[in-house]
Amino acid sequence: MSTSSDNIPAVVITRPKPLLLRHAPYFIGAAIVVFLAASMQFDGYILNILMQATTFAIAVFGLSVVLGLCGQINLAQAAFFGFGAYAVGIGTTDYQLSYWLCLVAGCVMALIAGAVLGLSTLRLGGHYLAMVTISFQQIVTLVMINAIWLTKGPDGVSKIGRPSLFLSSQSYLAFCVAMLALVGYIVWHLPETRLGRAMRAVRDNELAAGVNGIDVFRTKVYAFAISAVLGGLGGGLFAGGFAYISPDQFSFAESIVFLTMSLLGGVASPIGSAIGTGLLILIPEWLRFLKSVPGLYLAIYGLSVILIIRFMPDGIWGFVTAAYDRMRSSKKVAVTSAPLQLRPAATGGDMVLEVTGLSKHFGGLKAVDQVDISVRRGGVHALIGPNGSGKTTTLNVLSGLYNATSGKVVLDGTDVTTMPPHLRAAAGLGRTFQNIRLFRSMTALENVIIGAERPGNTLTGKGDEAALTERALAALTFVGLGPRAMELISSFSYGHQRLIEIARALAANPTLLLLDEPAAGLNSTEKLELHELLKRIAAQGLTILIIDHDMTLVSEAAQHITVLNFGRRIADGESMAVLRHPDVVSAYLGTD
Amino acid sequence: MDLVLQLLFTGIGIGAVYALVALGFVLIFRATNVVNFAQGEFSMVAAYLMVVCAVDLELPYWLSFIIALAGMAIIGVIFNLGVYYPLRHRTYLPVIIATIGASILMANGVLALYGPQPQVLPGWFDTPGIQLGPVYLDSQYLLIIVVTIALVIFNYWFFEHTMIGKKLQATSQDKEMASLLGISVSTMIMVTFIYSAVLGGLAGLLVAPILFVSIQMGSTIALKAFAATIIGGFGDVTGAIIGGLALGIIETFGAAYISVPYKDGFAFLVLVLFLVFRPQGIFGERVAEKA
Repeated sequence: MSTSSDNIPAVVITRPKPLLLRHAPYFIGAAIVVFLAASMQFDGYILNILMQATTFAIAVFGLSVVLGLCGQINLAQAAFFGFGAYAVGIGTTDYQLSYWLCLVAGCVMALIAGAVLGLSTLRLGGHYLAMVTISFQQIVTLVMINAIWLTKGPDGVSKIGRPSLFLSSQSYLAFCVAMLALVGYIVWHLPETRLGRAMRAVRDNELAAGVNGIDVFRTKVYAFAISAVLGGLGGGLFAGGFAYISPDQFSFAESIVFLTMSLLGGVASPIGSAIGTGLLILIPEWLRFLKSVPGLYLAIYGLSVILIIRFMPDGIWGFVTAAYDRMRSSKKVAVTSAPLQLRPAATGGDMVLEVTGLSKHFGGLKAVDQVDISVRRGGVHALIGPNGSGKTTTLNVLSGLYNATSGKVVLDGTDVTTMPPHLRAAAGLGRTFQNIRLFRSMTALENVIIGAERPGNTLTGKGDEAALTERALAALTFVGLGPRAMELISSFSYGHQRLIEIARALAANPTLLLLDEPAAGLNSTEKLELHELLKRIAAQGLTILIIDHDMTLVSEAAQHITVLNFGRRIADGESMAVLRHPDVVSAYLGTD
Repeated sequence: MDLVLQLLFTGIGIGAVYALVALGFVLIFRATNVVNFAQGEFSMVAAYLMVVCAVDLELPYWLSFIIALAGMAIIGVIFNLGVYYPLRHRTYLPVIIATIGASILMANGVLALYGPQPQVLPGWFDTPGIQLGPVYLDSQYLLIIVVTIALVIFNYWFFEHTMIGKKLQATSQDKEMASLLGISVSTMIMVTFIYSAVLGGLAGLLVAPILFVSIQMGSTIALKAFAATIIGGFGDVTGAIIGGLALGIIETFGAAYISVPYKDGFAFLVLVLFLVFRPQGIFGERVAEKA
């Protein structure tokens, strides 16, 4: 079945040329810079500064991935830099190995160290990561100084080799610049890839990322590992460039220098990283007299970090792009995309969701107690109850944000009771949140694309960029926001943000859609629109489990109602019968 | 056996210092939900203030002690107003980066002002210590242990039996509710920062005669104290104290029986073991973010 019908052509944001052709200017520019680096006659001093800037910038690119894209802190970048540098240093001198082999080994060591650190820490909050990376940094420094048999201790390693192809300093610099351009290209385009989008989603809202099918933990580990590899690569190139390394070049202070470079330029972008690196290498050269007082430079860096965080959180480049964005009017998209298709999977029986004996206890509090819910395929099922009756807790257990204390959850024939949120999403569960959880730094379109990227979504064709964009636009059009697809979330009203969240869930083509109080905070017109929207969704055969307080909405939209009170199910059945049930009436209105 | 007892005594002494700094960590974390990465620098700055007063200006020891602690109270105020308060509505990431910046600023500011030479601070007592059976009890270690015990008791009394202590607890549990009850949340957070800075400073003053007073002492102590909070359970006061003591003992035995140069590495090792196998620590529960 084609995703576009015959009479309406599917016009999406077009991609006129193949990717490599569109980016040809970048590569031509990079080639020119590499050529200049190779052919211009620099004196030794300038050459050293350029060499330092180039190799440092690669490490700072790593920080822009982990901190800027994924929102995870890494205070050990100098240690990873040191892994690469020592691999090349020790390898080419003591062991007489090939430079290339050593460079790769350094990157692999940094990768392994980064992955192990990440795997042990990234499940926990960011504070842990900060402290663990600082500790790791200190350990690496201790080893560099004390393991003299391996690292030569405080004396450092000298006479480090270079590849025979780039023996002269000038040609080696050109090689480093080429590597920088290559890494820069990758980091520049990472945000538009699936992995990059996942990282941004994790940074913006971890819970929402999880329920949209993103493996939050794995994404963080990838980001951390990429950052470590780039640290190692920069360090390996650095060692070849300067032929001498010593432990103080890879200390915690250097990690802070990397961090300051990244924050100053703008942590979200490789351009910012390059600006920050350049500035923080040049400024100390201009203000050499400050170096006569030990500690003064780092004290200034420390102060700069505080000031940047407070007054310019997006760095220099972020400041520039924000000003540019303000001048430019937001892009309108001419949308005539195909109508949204929903084709919920149907592998199980009549019941799309079967919950049996579900309990969730918080210490002694039984928030959900022995609840059974059966949701029939292809209808709207409402879960209602007074405040504090356990509705949202039930939804959170269903979507995997809480572990069930006991009970069983079967989704379309699959037992999902012990699955984490992203696997439940992959199994076909979609949801929205009572307090809207969108990815706030992204456009409406990008938010919905993340929904469309759900693993197991069968309606995105090959899953390429064009298909995803088309699916996302169709979903946005379905909720009436197609023309504003390119706007940032912050420019939408509360009611529209709610619609975007629904569109994000719909784009994923779920088997079951959980809506957590979708009418909360909407005015009466918006509620009517929501009701219409629910009807259109149900008409396509998608099963909905809805929580809401609006009895008009619930009684009109739902065929089946389950009522909770104090965590227990007190009524269940066909809508009108349930609403007249004496226990339900007394739960809501009290008894005489 | 004698050596074991001796090491145990030393370990408890050094562990008590970690416990005090860890307590500062925990108090700020509970009040603001943010880990203050400059907590260790409070100890370092206090030790330098003490060196300036007691050694350079030759003031009486007790007077220097009071001046140093008063100085820490002021630094606590400046820290809150300059680092935490402007960022209080942002997510935790900018705040911890700012506290890391503050930590770098404090350490290197002192370095720029005072130079890199480690300083020696004499202990409080002239008597070096007493021999108790097989164990030699160093007077400074004894002082540390006694002061820590006194502070733990004070801490309990302060938080459980005074009005301001209860207000602080209310603030750390639910800021909105506390402010609805007429508690000034910003004042309470200010009090927390002052108290933590003084606590960290006190730890620095107590440990300074044992170690050299150096620029690095702050970050070293902070790492140990952080490891202590994880061992004990994040956000748990009792856990911080037990964790600190445990870490002091582990480290002392590790240095004696395994390796001296890597003494500072044991804390990291224990930290990672706990993170992998028991991230909630001995007493803690809260690790995951709330939905």
